[in-house]
Amino acid sequence: MNFETIIGLEVHVELKTNTKIFSSAPSHFGAEPNKNIHVTDLAYPGVMPVLNKSVVDFGMKAAMALNCDIADVMHFDRKHYFYPDNPKAYQISQEDRPIGVGGWVEIEVDGKKKKIRLNRIHLEEDAGKLTHTEHGYSLVDLNRQGTPLIEIVSEADIRSADEAYAFLEKLKAIIEYTGVSDCRMEEGSLRCDANISLRPVGQKEFGTKTELKNLNSFNFVRRGIIKEVERQEKILLSGGVIEQETRRYDESTGDTVLMRIKGSADDYRFINDPDLPEIHIDEDWKARIRAEIPELPDARKDRYMNELGLPAYDAMVLTLTKEMSDFYEATVEAGADPKLASNWLMGEVSAYLNAEQKELAETKLTPEGLTSMIKLIEDGTISSKIAKKVFKELIEKGGIADDIVKAKGLVQISDEGTLRKMVAETLEANPQSIVDYKDGKGRALGFLVGQIMKASKGQANPQLVNKILLEEIEKH
Amino acid sequence: MTLLNKTTAELQSLLHNKEITIKELTEETFARVAKTDDKVQAFISTNEEKALERAEQLDNEPVENRGPLFGLPVGIKDNIVTKGITTTSASRMLEDFIPVYDATVVEKLNQAGMVSIGKLNLDEFAMGSTTETSAFKTTCNPWNLDHVPGGSSGGSAAAVAAGEVPFALGTDTGGSIRQPAAFCGVVGMKPTYGRVSRYGLIALASSLDQIGPITRTVEDNALLLQAIAGHDEKDSSSSSKEVPNYIEHLTGDIRGIKIGVPKEYMGVGVGEDAKNAVLEALKVLESLGAEWEEVSLPHTTYALPAYYYISSAEASSNLSRYDGVHFGYRSEDAKSLDEIYRKSRAESFGRDVKRRILLGTYALSAGHYEEYYKKAQKARMLVAQDFANVFSKYDVIISSAAPTTAYKIDGEPDDIVTKYMGDILTTPINLAGVPAISVPCGFSNGLPLGLQIIGNHFDEATIYKVAHAYEQATDFHKRTPAIWEEK
Amino acid sequence: MTKVTKEELLAVADRAMLALTDEEADLFTEDLATFIGYADKLNELDLENVVPMTHALQQINVMREDVERDVLDRDEMLRSVKEHQNGEIKVPTILS
Repeated sequence: MNFETIIGLEVHVELKTNTKIFSSAPSHFGAEPNKNIHVTDLAYPGVMPVLNKSVVDFGMKAAMALNCDIADVMHFDRKHYFYPDNPKAYQISQEDRPIGVGGWVEIEVDGKKKKIRLNRIHLEEDAGKLTHTEHGYSLVDLNRQGTPLIEIVSEADIRSADEAYAFLEKLKAIIEYTGVSDCRMEEGSLRCDANISLRPVGQKEFGTKTELKNLNSFNFVRRGIIKEVERQEKILLSGGVIEQETRRYDESTGDTVLMRIKGSADDYRFINDPDLPEIHIDEDWKARIRAEIPELPDARKDRYMNELGLPAYDAMVLTLTKEMSDFYEATVEAGADPKLASNWLMGEVSAYLNAEQKELAETKLTPEGLTSMIKLIEDGTISSKIAKKVFKELIEKGGIADDIVKAKGLVQISDEGTLRKMVAETLEANPQSIVDYKDGKGRALGFLVGQIMKASKGQANPQLVNKILLEEIEKH
Repeated sequence: MTLLNKTTAELQSLLHNKEITIKELTEETFARVAKTDDKVQAFISTNEEKALERAEQLDNEPVENRGPLFGLPVGIKDNIVTKGITTTSASRMLEDFIPVYDATVVEKLNQAGMVSIGKLNLDEFAMGSTTETSAFKTTCNPWNLDHVPGGSSGGSAAAVAAGEVPFALGTDTGGSIRQPAAFCGVVGMKPTYGRVSRYGLIALASSLDQIGPITRTVEDNALLLQAIAGHDEKDSSSSSKEVPNYIEHLTGDIRGIKIGVPKEYMGVGVGEDAKNAVLEALKVLESLGAEWEEVSLPHTTYALPAYYYISSAEASSNLSRYDGVHFGYRSEDAKSLDEIYRKSRAESFGRDVKRRILLGTYALSAGHYEEYYKKAQKARMLVAQDFANVFSKYDVIISSAAPTTAYKIDGEPDDIVTKYMGDILTTPINLAGVPAISVPCGFSNGLPLGLQIIGNHFDEATIYKVAHAYEQATDFHKRTPAIWEEK
Repeated sequence: MTKVTKEELLAVADRAMLALTDEEADLFTEDLATFIGYADKLNELDLENVVPMTHALQQINVMREDVERDVLDRDEMLRSVKEHQNGEIKVPTILS
């Protein structure tokens, strides 16, 4: 029997406001434990929540960028559950009337475009952090308690791990473009749970789903889904039934592990929070936020293809993050050839960032620096080989390529007399290579070019070296 | 010199002329508490040292900067948080809890220059109408120590009635200011929902709770409400409507005031003595030029079940934070997290608190929500519309503040429905969110009766005007319990 | 009239995180039944087109500016905590 995979994702994104959603404590990441707290976060007797206006603005912006309908009236509900990271024993969330409903994200997998519909986006508060020790106790840090979140709930439109990956990548890009979140999975500012079920191909009803948690990177999402689909398939093929349960992806084994069976304990007893009045969002407010939304990745991608003539793949990769895309635009703006700029950013720059585990902003490279180097390559002042040296200098120390080339004497040697002399010296030192070349061993030519480049410390113009070398060999 | 019988104006004049100091007034207050509270048991805690220190500081303030409440003693119900002073809500759960901040009303009392004497007893987490569910002590009615003072603000009403403090703050979710004020023969106002900040009030039912003043006279009451009313950015449910000058409305002139008397409030369950006192009061008001007519609040019988579902549901939510983890009582022999939760709550909550939490949890559980909670909220809307209809034609509504006089201690009916029936005259007011006062209007077997005057939203001024005119035309507020004379 | 069993009551207590003695469980089962019976009165009402009243006062759009203030001192917070370690609140690990 063949099965169809049905996936819905729930994505939590932390909004980077100055303060928490219902208290005026700072909400930034990385403070000492329990230093970013407020009496409201502790749920002390008598405290009351007061809504942070920026959270509504940010949430609305994200929802608009994801094509949601924005609520005219929204309110907050209490969702009850006991846990040490949740001091009120209820989380303030939006159950009945969320900030956004509907919406969609367009993905492209194997060249095929597909719209993944969204069910809703709602505002809520994050919980604190619980660290389990090996000595039978846990430690509670409430810095994160009350950090504003949006929860994005997709429809069960996703059909494969690759689609899930593409959805997350696109979602992250869009939200990051709006500037409301850093979307850093490693800091927990973007988190994802997956609801997964299988059904026989052709069947209309969904099968029983499991919820998969602890997916701490996009790759783990992909691997976790693949593993969970395998597990469910095995059970179904052997005539078993899927239990409605919550599972955890184990990074070390790559398997999914049972956390708990869903049951009556999941009765959250929602009530409209009497401490928080309704929020009415009028057209002016909506218009103001809409005006603040910058050009989004798909629009940029189209523009790169249509106006700058980039291939679709380049345009997609460059627009994945706003940082890269902004850098690219500035580089082209500074006068670099669009395709060359794209090649460098997707090639050497990305490789460097990966190897060094750095963000573009953490390097010294500027769009002007990159442009200056591309121009020197184009006009033949430096070879691509020299360019790599210059690039290393630019990305680590900054500056303009012209200055580096001048200071280090890296200008390409294109003077024919000089080159002919170098060629002659090399041939004299390697007579056997001439014989080999004439015997049809093409490799010998490469060896000779290498020797000349070495002698010139890489500065010889390789095209000219080639030409002169052939001429000189003919003379022997 | 005894300051006990002095009015606020007289006390201010003595302070102004430096015939007494604030410190002396504070000392006398504590002497009075020391003498009386053994019998009345109104205070959970007092803070004499801090109060005297503050009194001394206040004595140094120039006389010109002083408002009408400057230097005067006040007691605070112990479900209102006070920075650095244990705030228990009369529960073992918070027996040792020392708040790190002041409630907004406490800040306002400080700004007005009042001297806080101590924290007053209540039913545990304000759940009750006798003050007997306090985990610490049973407060007695100053008029007859065998009787309860009412509740949940029983400590506040008893302390004022016993002459321990002239001013106290109470809280009212379903009658918890008005009923004890009636039982103790003092003046208690539940303001419009949103008139006074709830920030720092230990929540029972957030959509119903209000803080309000309990005093000996209507004028004092208006002065204290004036001091604590107003918008607070820390309480999003507080109103930014301007606070009128209440004292200006105490003109004594109530000619043309239209009074509605709901027939449902004069019916079954309301004692003859209470009904008669209301009819007598109406005669007095009529003689002052007011007019009254019978009106109907047709959804009154639905108010009580609606009230109990809503208040229990919200209470179960509000009280879930008391879990033994971040503050408050933690069971000694809890070994797992689960036991910390279950045992800490079981060992430190009293029976009535547990009962309400269970009712509320039940009402909010899946499958019951629509059937109970949502229905109750819809019934609440109908109750509120009843009031809106009457207030479109009448200035105030008048009834008895309680169906009976104060019960005997341990004499409250055990069956919960009968017990809750005692709240029938007060809970609809909280559901509608309108303001209401109880003023002394008579006695039955030596125990006081209270007249409830209900006003439209944010129209405390008219309530005060009517209450003041009535008070000036009667002398019930001048009578004092025998305990005042005891040595 | 009783529509509530002791098992149901215990399930509610479980959700409310309340350990009950047997005697309490019996008492509260009865109370809950009475309470539910009492509230059946609401079924007399036609509530079809009535909007639920969730707040006593219709206020809208009460919000604060996104400005940091009144941060709670950690040591002050820890004073109310029964057990703590390195600035964090200590609780037994969840045993399920």
